[in-house]
Amino acid sequence: MSVATITTQDSEPVFHVVDEHDHPEGASTMLGFWIYLMSDCLIFAMLFATYGVLGGNYAAGPAPKDLFDLKLVALNTTMLLLSSITYGFAMLTMEKSKIGQTQLWLAITGLFGLAFLGIELTEFAHMIHEGATPQRSAFLSSFFTLVGTHGLHVTFGLVWLVTLMVQTARFGLTEANRRRLMCLSMFWHFLDVVWIGVFTFVYLLGMLR
Amino acid sequence: MNPDLVKMIFGRLNLEALPIHEPILVGTFAVVATGGLALFALVTYFRLWGYLWREWFTTVDHKRIGIMYMILGIVMLLRGFADALMMRMQQAIAFNGSDGYLPAHHYDQVFTAHGVIMIFFVAMPLVTGLMNYVVPLQIGARDVSFPFLNNFSFWMTVGGAVLVMMSLFVGEFARTGWLAYPPLSNIGYSPDVGVDYYIWGLQVAGVGTTLSGINLVCTIVKLRAPGMTMMKMPVFTWTSLCTNVLIVASFPVLTAVLALLSLDRYVGTNFFTNDFGGNPMMYVNLIWIWGHPEVYILVLPAFGIFSEVTATFSGKRLFGYTSMVYATVVITILSYLVWLHHFFTMGSGASVNSFFGITTMIISIPTGAKMFNWLFTMYRGRIRFELPMMWTVAFMLTFVIGGMTGVLLAVPPADFVLHNSLFLIAHFHNVIIGGVLFGLFAGINYWFPKAFGFRLDPFWGKLSFWFWVSGFYFAFMPLYVLGLMGVTRRLRVFDDPSLQIWFVIAAFGAFLILLGIGAMLVQFAVSILRREQLKDTTGDPWNARTLEWATSSPPPDYNFAFTPVVYDNDAWWDMKRRGYKRPLTGFKPIHMPSNTGTGIILAGFATVMGFALIWYIWWLAAVSFVALLAVAIGHTFNYHRDFHIPADEVVRTEDARTRVLAAGAQT
Amino acid sequence: MTTEARTLEGHGGGHGHDDHGGAAHGSLKSYLIGFGLSVVLTAIPFWLVMTGAIADKQVTALIVLVLAAVQIVVHMVYFLHMNTRSENGWTMLALIFTVIMVVIALTGSLWVMHHLNVNMMPMHDMSQMP
Repeated sequence: MSVATITTQDSEPVFHVVDEHDHPEGASTMLGFWIYLMSDCLIFAMLFATYGVLGGNYAAGPAPKDLFDLKLVALNTTMLLLSSITYGFAMLTMEKSKIGQTQLWLAITGLFGLAFLGIELTEFAHMIHEGATPQRSAFLSSFFTLVGTHGLHVTFGLVWLVTLMVQTARFGLTEANRRRLMCLSMFWHFLDVVWIGVFTFVYLLGMLR
Repeated sequence: MNPDLVKMIFGRLNLEALPIHEPILVGTFAVVATGGLALFALVTYFRLWGYLWREWFTTVDHKRIGIMYMILGIVMLLRGFADALMMRMQQAIAFNGSDGYLPAHHYDQVFTAHGVIMIFFVAMPLVTGLMNYVVPLQIGARDVSFPFLNNFSFWMTVGGAVLVMMSLFVGEFARTGWLAYPPLSNIGYSPDVGVDYYIWGLQVAGVGTTLSGINLVCTIVKLRAPGMTMMKMPVFTWTSLCTNVLIVASFPVLTAVLALLSLDRYVGTNFFTNDFGGNPMMYVNLIWIWGHPEVYILVLPAFGIFSEVTATFSGKRLFGYTSMVYATVVITILSYLVWLHHFFTMGSGASVNSFFGITTMIISIPTGAKMFNWLFTMYRGRIRFELPMMWTVAFMLTFVIGGMTGVLLAVPPADFVLHNSLFLIAHFHNVIIGGVLFGLFAGINYWFPKAFGFRLDPFWGKLSFWFWVSGFYFAFMPLYVLGLMGVTRRLRVFDDPSLQIWFVIAAFGAFLILLGIGAMLVQFAVSILRREQLKDTTGDPWNARTLEWATSSPPPDYNFAFTPVVYDNDAWWDMKRRGYKRPLTGFKPIHMPSNTGTGIILAGFATVMGFALIWYIWWLAAVSFVALLAVAIGHTFNYHRDFHIPADEVVRTEDARTRVLAAGAQT
Repeated sequence: MTTEARTLEGHGGGHGHDDHGGAAHGSLKSYLIGFGLSVVLTAIPFWLVMTGAIADKQVTALIVLVLAAVQIVVHMVYFLHMNTRSENGWTMLALIFTVIMVVIALTGSLWVMHHLNVNMMPMHDMSQMP
């Protein structure tokens, strides 16, 4: 279906945009970041596939039942879920241009994120202490890689969060900073979505095997 | 010096990494070092470093980045082809008790490097370079969505190439074949640096490619000129869109698999080991989930080039635009459903093999549809056999043969006989050379005048063409015969003297291709020397159909002084047909992104980090990682990455073009 | 999904908050609903597995999986503001494409590897090792 030809007063077809405005800066950023998230989703999918294929290979070593503490995982999940809602609150205050409150909610998000990582690292340390190292079996290799990659993403997210807090403090809630905070928002919620997959497939189904 | 301290500083790097006992490598190093030093000296003598840094290394202009990708691809073609020549020579003489001239340790690296370089550092950069150059112009945009990322992507690709090339002289390369299957590629059977060079070279380059994929998808989705709906895009843009979707959807898989392999090698995990629950077959499965879409990433842009070239040089609108688009999209989706045909013989059984055999045969159908569309475009057209069209006809004949052998291989029982034989080698070279490479040569000859303002010399181009085409057939048809007779791939020495004649013919073919490459290099040189005679001032030397030909040759930095408005397919043809007059006044300042050195610096740190990880120099890996992060974060504190080209500069540029066009019209 | 490119009217200056490339944003109410649903959809699976309330493990697994899928949709809608209008439908298209790829790669890998394992893996039982 063609757009009707735009014509000048003399009915000459117009082949160029006469009254052109600058491209809005960052017009592609949200879509670009979303597509990056889709590619990250695929990396996680491959790690899930690997866990799916190799996750039952205990090599006569410890199995999920010997290792997983569901109470701890529930606590972890709560930390991450809370961090998601606090980031949501940060977005709401950002919409209202309330810089102080935004920083506060971002900081609280960061703390929940740190709590998540801390609990996860304790869990890992405990497992390794018990001899359930990543090298012990293919199940453990895939467990540590899948959960560890998620944790690494959370870590990078926290570094990014701190950077954005510094940039917001220095330069305010400019268009560019708002865009960046929205990208981090997508990233953060995406990590929570991946965690749903992790606690379901790794921990809950692991205990059900 | 304390040996423990030396180990801490240098990791496992020591003087034994230098191949001073291997004459071929010493000779190669001498040539490369001399050539490199000469180039360095010339650039310094003509005081070009500042110019190179400002105008090329730090550029965010998609046109210059595209040109740099092409240069990288052609340089690496010479290295990859040298590997091919070495293999052909070895295989032609290693009969009747002769061991040939290439020891196994070296030969295995040659065939591995040949594959890795040709796919990742020749085909990918050439394809990416053309897409980068052409797509923004074809959609009427001024640049890609993320110009800085574009620069960074290029330098990451270079970084990967540097790591692979370095392995020639410092340490060694992998000896596993281009896909590095475990257990051979695992730490037990390949404890030295070769596989690590492979892994980090590909991981660094892979980041560049993935980001480039995201970039071009966003560009095509968001930056099209007003009126250019999806179904009015040029076919090359459609194939570029699908290619970059494939890149985004497949390279993460490669990243993940190589990461798992590196965990096995560095940390001792058990993903692909033979014990403790590991499963090497999972690597093969995952790597081909990437690998099959990869070959479509290579060939879809070539299909797009052929669509543009056929329409232009037949003087006709492309036949069956809608079915071309649908065929491309179907190929994109189906390419995810065929990967197992690369390992029918691994043992998954009849039900699995049948499913993938059928899907593989189905995927040949949309490609066939495209072939018919090109033929119908040519039918009753006024065909001009310029070089791009010659390459297209050669493609049509050659690729169809390769495609047919592919459908033959798609039948699992046949594949059980032919898997990993020279028949397979002949098949994929048939489709890659006949499809991808001929397409790239067509594209290079087609768009060169747009990029540089003068055409490529036709005589040397035709010489190159005939050497390439005849060389290809002499080099690879014997391999089909050998494969059917049961000869396996990657062999170094042979027992059966009756096979030798075929290898000799193949070596002759390789020699013809060498002449073809030589003629192409001469073509470039002669064209530059004769550029005044080959000059094109119109911007549209082929009387073509799409928007890139509306600009001057080369286009100005900003591509279009005014963003075009599009009403129909073949937008430029539509403009010419309806008496479009180029605007002469009313120019405004144009918003452009600024150059930056951050891309090359980040890629530099990434490359150093790769090198450090290869040689176990942990402190250097940590330092370069921190530096990488610091520079990346620091870069985000720069919010002012753009500027405006002032209106009077646009006026000057456009007025100059007006004068050139007027002068041309008078001759 | 509309297929227009940039409109001729251009974007001009002064974007509203809704025009960040079409990204939507939530309200307090939608975030709280999303959070509440997520809490419930997390608590139930954990409770089911930790207490073993349903004797049949397969049924438990199925419920857990279904609730996880539902929670992912909840996150997509209430936290990520997924809708068909964002970026003229390209966000949704990208998501659908990714989901299809993930399903193919996951189910394909599981199917293929299962067959390979059955046909090709050695039969020894490591728990019998000395």
